[in-house]
Amino acid sequence: MTATFEYVLGLADDALISSQRLAEWYAAAPEMEEDVALANIALDQLGAARLLLSYAGELEGAGRDEDALAYLRGDREFRNALLVELPNGDFAVTIAKLLFLSAYQLPLYAALSECGDERLAAIAGKARNETAYHVDHSSLWTIRLGDGTAESHRRMQAAVDELWPYTDELFAADERAPVDPATLRGPWLATVERVLAEATLTRPADAWGPTGGRDGVHTEHLSYLLAEMQVLHRAHPGATW
Amino acid sequence: MGHNCKIDGVEGVQVFRGVVLQVLAWGWCGCNTYLVYGNDFPGPDGGLLGEVEAAEAALRDAAERGLAGAAGRQGADEATLRDYFTAVIEADQKIEPRDWMPEAYRKTLIRQIAQHAHSEIIGMQPEGNWITRAPSLKRKAILLAKVQDEAGHGLYLYAAAETLGVSRDELVQMLLEGRQKYSSIFNYPTLTWADVGAIGWLVDGAAIVNQVPLCRCSYGPYARAMIRICKEESFHQRQGYEILHTLSHGTPAQKAMAQDAIDRWWYPSLAMFGPPDTASTHSEQSMAWKIKRFSNDELRQRFVDMCVQQAEILGLTLPDPDLRWNEQRQAYDYTQPDYDELMRVIKGDGPCNRQRIEHRRRAHREGAWVREAAAAYAAKDRVRQEAAA
Amino acid sequence: MSDVSWPLWEVFVRARRGLSHTHVGSLRAPDAAMALRNARDLYTRRQEGVSIWVVPAAGITASSPDEKDAFFEPAADKVYRHPTFYQVPDGVAHL
Repeated sequence: MTATFEYVLGLADDALISSQRLAEWYAAAPEMEEDVALANIALDQLGAARLLLSYAGELEGAGRDEDALAYLRGDREFRNALLVELPNGDFAVTIAKLLFLSAYQLPLYAALSECGDERLAAIAGKARNETAYHVDHSSLWTIRLGDGTAESHRRMQAAVDELWPYTDELFAADERAPVDPATLRGPWLATVERVLAEATLTRPADAWGPTGGRDGVHTEHLSYLLAEMQVLHRAHPGATW
Repeated sequence: MGHNCKIDGVEGVQVFRGVVLQVLAWGWCGCNTYLVYGNDFPGPDGGLLGEVEAAEAALRDAAERGLAGAAGRQGADEATLRDYFTAVIEADQKIEPRDWMPEAYRKTLIRQIAQHAHSEIIGMQPEGNWITRAPSLKRKAILLAKVQDEAGHGLYLYAAAETLGVSRDELVQMLLEGRQKYSSIFNYPTLTWADVGAIGWLVDGAAIVNQVPLCRCSYGPYARAMIRICKEESFHQRQGYEILHTLSHGTPAQKAMAQDAIDRWWYPSLAMFGPPDTASTHSEQSMAWKIKRFSNDELRQRFVDMCVQQAEILGLTLPDPDLRWNEQRQAYDYTQPDYDELMRVIKGDGPCNRQRIEHRRRAHREGAWVREAAAAYAAKDRVRQEAAA
Repeated sequence: MSDVSWPLWEVFVRARRGLSHTHVGSLRAPDAAMALRNARDLYTRRQEGVSIWVVPAAGITASSPDEKDAFFEPAADKVYRHPTFYQVPDGVAHL
């Protein structure tokens, strides 16, 4: 069974927008070694995004390539979850976002790598290995910030509390999905709860969570992110770079 | 050939890449550099990487030869140690971290390596400025990887400096307090996307001309770091050239953008080689110690000679009406950069000095709680492990 | 706020199976786990290795250059430790 354009676009946009946010950290990480690490993860997400966007373009069959999809859609046409478009905040927020996202992408890509769509399965298989490293990196940092100083504990807990509601959307029912998102919450919770416990952080209670990203109804932040990302490309219609 | 190829077809792209490769290699072999500068010779495949590999081979050869005599017995007097140090350098062997070395040699190296490391770290900013706005996803990926390399190269160099008995913290502190410099070129702004191309072609090009001889520097850790850096950087200049080639063969607006970037970056790039030989204070001793192998003016000439033909293939004009081939010197005559401006920018009054250093300070300041947290966790974890043992 | 500095780690990389680990440089990291990750990002970005060691720089004891003679000269006259010391008759293969 072949995946749908809209579904693959959701996967691609999660990776693309996450990469764009991580790339904003260039030359500003808490230590220079971390500049290298964040760039690595941004490159992994960007690599996955490009493969997925190209595939989405083929599924659509309207002649749009990765750049047409990345640069010439408005915010209402983006299908990423709200979590990834939220501003970077401090390093704790960035790490919490990465932990929540990668702990979701890991079981997702693992499941997709065995799905009936061969193209998608191959892309997911490659991305899965990279994502395992993202989980590892964000876990190590969550634990160090949570169980570090009083200030880092306070910041890390605040980040987890702030972002927790946005994780609901990742597991919302989606009839287009070859893998039922609800089945991913178990493995996601297992990873996240283990890391939070080791980090001496409190797991927030489940309550209402904002959604809309998969249908193109975003936060106010996405339009600004796209304005920056697309400004040059849109200023020169039809140009080659 | 380079003017005619179209970038839209797959075949065109391959042809185009071939041209770029050929042009950049020509830049290195075509001006008979090995005749002009006797002790540098092209490696097996010529070109930049050839020179780096030749330096690496020379490093191994020197290690094989060994040196008669001892490093200095216990209690050897300073004159004996100094003689040994001089003999090692004269034999083109490497000085290693725990060897005796004159204090001035150590200080010169620390200053130079630190300045080099700071330049890599500050140099992330002008190009990084365009990562979020890169005009295609491919360009975004390449630029991210390049800026990441610069962070990595800064770290290799800080590691080399640390072998001289100075800590990275001290060096970073000196950068933040303005007590150590970085390359003045990074105090110029990147105003358009074409500036990313110009930095790759001209700034990285000038840096490579400077750095390839450093692969033969007499201090082992620095020479080894430079070999690694030069190998990794071989793609940096090519990506810049490719950006400019695409722009100059694109729409009129793109071509104008490329020419404007060359107009702004040409003279600051020439100034990267430092003041003219007549005014350079550190050169002579550094050359005797084989920390530096060629004079500022020699390297600047070499750079100009290699750029002229590359600019022709781009179809862009170097902004120097007096640039012309001198048959007698077998080199190009060119207009010198404004050295007063260079001194002004070095002293702190360039367009972006304050912005660049404030950015670094802010990153350092805002990262303090994270560094402290990680150190606190490590301390707690040690206690836990000892208790468990 | 007083700044803390992370300890220095020396990095050794095994480039391929069959080779020993070789010193490639150093880095700063708060602990061994982070040092290993940083080493992976910093020194194997271009697939330069299959295995990494990180060692606290403070844990390395080095020979002093002053002891060079005492340490290494005794080996210099033991040429019989090197295979080139031995003459192999013509025609002997695989030795």
